Amino acid sequence: MLRAAWDYRSFILGSVKREFQSRYRSSMLGISWTFIQPLALIIVYTVVFSQIISVKLPGVESGFGYSIYLCAGILTWGLFAEITQRGTAVFLEQANLLKKISFPRLCLPVIVVSTALLNFSIILGLFLIFLLLVGQFPGWVILAMIPVLLIQLALAAGLGVTLGVLNVFFRDVGQLYAVILQFWFWLTPIVYPVAILPDAAQQLMQLNPMAPLIGAYQTIFVQGSWPDWVSLLPVTLLAILLCVLGMHLYRKHGHDMVDEL
Amino acid sequence: MRGSIRVTELGKAYKRYPHRWARLLDWLDPFSHQRHDLHWVLRDLNFVVEPGEAVGVIGVNGAGKSTLLKMIAGTTRPTTGSIHIGGRVAALLELGMGFHKDFTGRQNAYMAGQLLGLTARELDALMPSIEAFADLGDYMDQPLRVYSSGMQMRLAFSVATARRPDVLIIDEALSVGDQYFQHKSFDHIRGLAEQGTTLLLVSHDKQAIQSLCDRAILLDNGAIAMEGEPEAVMDYYNAKLAADQNQVIDQNMTGDGKIQTRSGTGEATVRDICLCDESGHVLKVVHVGQRVTLSITVDTLTDLPRLVLGYGIKDRLGQVVFGINTHHTQQVLEHVKAGSQCQFEITFEANLGPGTYSVQTALTSADTHLNNNYEWCDRALLFTVINKDKPDFSGVSWMNARIVIEKT
Repeated sequence: MLRAAWDYRSFILGSVKREFQSRYRSSMLGISWTFIQPLALIIVYTVVFSQIISVKLPGVESGFGYSIYLCAGILTWGLFAEITQRGTAVFLEQANLLKKISFPRLCLPVIVVSTALLNFSIILGLFLIFLLLVGQFPGWVILAMIPVLLIQLALAAGLGVTLGVLNVFFRDVGQLYAVILQFWFWLTPIVYPVAILPDAAQQLMQLNPMAPLIGAYQTIFVQGSWPDWVSLLPVTLLAILLCVLGMHLYRKHGHDMVDEL
Repeated sequence: MRGSIRVTELGKAYKRYPHRWARLLDWLDPFSHQRHDLHWVLRDLNFVVEPGEAVGVIGVNGAGKSTLLKMIAGTTRPTTGSIHIGGRVAALLELGMGFHKDFTGRQNAYMAGQLLGLTARELDALMPSIEAFADLGDYMDQPLRVYSSGMQMRLAFSVATARRPDVLIIDEALSVGDQYFQHKSFDHIRGLAEQGTTLLLVSHDKQAIQSLCDRAILLDNGAIAMEGEPEAVMDYYNAKLAADQNQVIDQNMTGDGKIQTRSGTGEATVRDICLCDESGHVLKVVHVGQRVTLSITVDTLTDLPRLVLGYGIKDRLGQVVFGINTHHTQQVLEHVKAGSQCQFEITFEANLGPGTYSVQTALTSADTHLNNNYEWCDRALLFTVINKDKPDFSGVSWMNARIVIEKT
């Protein structure tokens, strides 16, 4: 199955490239738009929160503390949200293609993940430049991002494929997930530190698989220290489980999808 | 074998659930009884297409043609039975898949090609031939949104057939584009077929089926209703199209081993048909340009409010060379009593090219045979045209051309 997708790598690469180009084609500023939008996002979170509202993070000296905290959470959450949301819809969006052309269907989620990852690397690059400029670059600890990112990608891809297949047969899934995602964002310590929650809520937070991931990014970027690897174990297991479930659903029902589109 | 299609006991059913929650219950509780029933679109299909053969699939809407093609193309899975295909399949179920209007023709050609499983390098090599065939000139590097729909079709078709497939599946895709491109794509398909590509074509276009296919399959209600020579199948199909339910369709062999199709309610029937010369002698062989009379004797079995006789002369490929009816000539017979006999004498000059021709007749109440089809008869009469006193010429019609040459 994955091999078949590999044979279509030029289609996947082409699709990712096209998705980017289609955004700025026939615009005057062209490719700059790819950078302007994430740049605006980072400026909003940094300048506005550190200079204008000057929110302080408890226990962090730097004036940029909260801005960095916010970016570490929001940017990585954005990657997760993009993959899962687009993954949920991808088979329905490409219904006509699936009905008319025989190609490895798994290409579609692969394209979703690759596009999201490319978007993320642009915005991450800008964020890292910002960190260098304000002298808050975490140093070697940044390497800890790689395993955390891999776990997050596995979680997002597994969930995305699972929901994507389910959504073809039960259209409520897509609608429901959009609602859940809203709650999920605010139930994850992204804009607020987990410490401000009451004890009972902090206990419940352990059930949120995104909390340790986002927490790990925040530790890396705000404290500049290695994340707590043990806390990532349950979410790693969940990510693997979701990948297995996604593949199982795809294998079992993937062929019948076309009949429902 | 490369290029062969073997369809064995093929069936396709869609699941139908009585209510929205039934599927969820089905999934969550796989051990209890099934909550859906199956709606069969195709059932027990068996046929074989040999390498290099061209087969047409015809049938009314909903007969299961597209489902069959989708299964052969591999986008949907059979419920029962199997399909074995030798070699690479290219399916033109819809032209222009994977096109994006903001990209140039060339970029879209790459994209569409990659979607068909070609690599960028293979496409580099194929691009000159794609460009040449699409014949878009400077438009090749213009965004697709400035293209006409015909131009998009040309590009899509060129990409889809750039590399010769072992099996080519076409679903009505050719009914678009201008005449010139239709001819060109037909020629291209013929060329592919000559190189050994197996062809499976779904079309309502009689001409396309008859000129491209060696064999035709008629699908009706998800089963094969008839399989055989394209002309005979097409005739049977046309007869079936006649809306009236209480019609009989009757096919029998004529002297030359071809099949004659007779269908209709039988309220009126052609009792006798012959071709005569000016002195009344019955002819089997006609000279080019000879003045002949087609006499048709019609019996009526019931009272008919209106009676229209139509006839058509078809060439050896089954294409109608000329056809007309008494509705168009405003000679409709009204209030014809049961048991009457009508004699039609049709005189014309046989300005036809040498070859064999057949005459089809239709007895109806109006312009088409689709309502009140009293009788439709294909191959009611056969005759041969030979060239006795005209210069050699080609084609199916003698136009009595005069060539004037001036030399200076």
